[in-house]
Amino acid sequence: MGISSIVFIVLLVGASWLFARNFMRIRRNILLGRDVTINDRKGERWALMARVALGQSKMVVRPVAGFLHIIVYAGFVIINIEVLEIIIDGVFGTHRVLSFMGGFYDFLIGSFEWLALGVWLACAIFLVRRNIIKLKRFVMKELDGWPRTDANLILFTEIALMSAFLLMNAAEIEAQSRVEPWADTIIHQFPISPVIASVAAFHTLDVSTLMLIERICWWFHIIGILAFLNYLVVSKHLHILLAFPNVWYSSLKPKTEIINMDRVTGEVKSMLDPAVPPPVVAPHTVAGAEMTERFGAKDVFDLSWKQLMDGMTCTECGRCTSVCPANLTGKLLSPRKIMMDTRDRLEEVGKVIDTKGKWEEDGKSLHSRITEEELWACTTCNACTEACPVNIDPVGIIMDMRRYLVMEESKTRPALANMLTNVENNGAPWQMAQADRLKWADPA
Amino acid sequence: MTEPIRVPTMAEMLASGETPEVLFWVGCAGSFDDRAKKITKAFVRILNAAKVKFAVLGTEESCTGDPARRAGNEFLFQMQAQNNIMVMNGYGVKRIVTACPHCFNTLKNEYPVLGGNYEVMHHTQFINALIKEGRIKVEGGSFKGKRITFHDPCYLGRGNGEYEAPREVLLKLDAALVELKRSKQNGLCCGAGGAQMFKEAEPGKKEVNIERSEEALAASPNIIAAGCPFCNTMLTDGVKHFNKEGEVQVKDVAELIAEASDL
Repeated sequence: MGISSIVFIVLLVGASWLFARNFMRIRRNILLGRDVTINDRKGERWALMARVALGQSKMVVRPVAGFLHIIVYAGFVIINIEVLEIIIDGVFGTHRVLSFMGGFYDFLIGSFEWLALGVWLACAIFLVRRNIIKLKRFVMKELDGWPRTDANLILFTEIALMSAFLLMNAAEIEAQSRVEPWADTIIHQFPISPVIASVAAFHTLDVSTLMLIERICWWFHIIGILAFLNYLVVSKHLHILLAFPNVWYSSLKPKTEIINMDRVTGEVKSMLDPAVPPPVVAPHTVAGAEMTERFGAKDVFDLSWKQLMDGMTCTECGRCTSVCPANLTGKLLSPRKIMMDTRDRLEEVGKVIDTKGKWEEDGKSLHSRITEEELWACTTCNACTEACPVNIDPVGIIMDMRRYLVMEESKTRPALANMLTNVENNGAPWQMAQADRLKWADPA
Repeated sequence: MTEPIRVPTMAEMLASGETPEVLFWVGCAGSFDDRAKKITKAFVRILNAAKVKFAVLGTEESCTGDPARRAGNEFLFQMQAQNNIMVMNGYGVKRIVTACPHCFNTLKNEYPVLGGNYEVMHHTQFINALIKEGRIKVEGGSFKGKRITFHDPCYLGRGNGEYEAPREVLLKLDAALVELKRSKQNGLCCGAGGAQMFKEAEPGKKEVNIERSEEALAASPNIIAAGCPFCNTMLTDGVKHFNKEGEVQVKDVAELIAEASDL
């Protein structure tokens, strides 16, 4: 086994181990959420996942971004077949081990080259949309700092990976044409790389330089992929993995249906009928800390694991915010920010658990990041949930946080306090007597 | 408008040993809001004309709890829901029709888990069925040549996937049905949902109803059709904001049908 094989195996195993460890940490964080069981209507869920996640049905609602995204997505999935060959070559020190397939191999790599070119161009257009055209949803305040850098880094990395793949082929094609030293290898026919070879004036380079370029690109490509894999766990780009389970577990209910709080049902039943005992709420342990169930959401522990998965899945595309009536009319609320805040708070909590070995109060909560002004601006119109390409539900989080404000902290808007009093006293949101409820039908 | 409307209550029906085919859930806006009361009466005229054996709960009806739940008070919502369910189950209610998409959503989707299982229809769905069954005839004459646009209520459209019933009904008017730039799944909220109707808007640069009304007026309609008493209020205010109330009317689908059928 050559030194390069050993280096390769060490890198591969190391990167995979690191990724697995970080991914399990994300899984642990998500499971800090309240337990909910989502396993009904499995057939519908698989179909939904096939349509929305695999089939990108909600992405193409916006045709330009949708089309470009499909190219990048298809490129990512299909070109990674190439990674299989890279791994075999890397471990066993072979070169293009799958090329025994002959013409079919060239067809495959040829297709990858077309896709690589497509991905390259699509990412370049995405960069232009973000940084030159400055589409509104990509220059909003909540993206200042790391989120904007994150987005650009992802696009540059993909461009670099695709460039390495094409340059690698180009160098090899040129080297092949010199017959030596790869006279015994199959002469490949690729569509894009010869053009690159000629544009890059590879004919002026000697064979050893070409071979060096080929090797550098090969190593850059695979190290890049392994690095990117580990970048996912600290990036919004995690959506490429979580989009699938997130859609599978997404709500199949009518969008405007708000999830019932069963504990309140128990409390109300007991209030209406003294024979019914009130529900017993037993404290439970989460991350080594004892917790009691709250009314509504103060912190990530009060949201369901699905709501936390929503936060981790969000890739900050901002389609939700761009259709939100509150945001469109200048209110502070941005559904995307709700998701980003949920994720950031979850990661903050996760870090405390990592350092201390268990959860210890840090004096902060979801409400440290999401203000009442944001929460009270939502009209629950569900334009955001409709727009989200991966079925994230910001409205549910907003509702649960409102519930906490009202039921645990007695914080509301003054006019809403009046409305609630009216409903309680006269069964209508206005100060109208229930006895007058049929007055509209009076002939007068 | 010749005959007075007939509005039997569930209690009267029970007393005379009758069972209505449907309960008309009037809702708070439909009961108390002056503008919405006109919608309620228009719908009753349609029910009367179609000889639908319906009843209302009258003073036994109480808020469904929609705004309380959306304002974060789950207790109050569930108190309202439990009481309403007790009343309706007591009468053996099976079918409900309502002219308010918020009541519709709550009764249809949020009551079953609390023991209230009913077949719930929005009044545009009910009217559409009456037309299809031939129980009412709609003459479109007076609306010929008019431009009508329909504003999708979030709680009917996006919330419950009903986009076609109100449009099918409006098409009977022989008017030109023009779509707004943002319609159906992409419809823009009027600004009233999520208990916003009952509070001041949070600080911003514009009111949501102004944004929506601006878009509706851009379609240069003669009539903006609504299917929700709250949307109706929001859009009426928006049209007034642009001083267009002389040219553009905001009307509920039920009012348009009642008017077309000379009820």
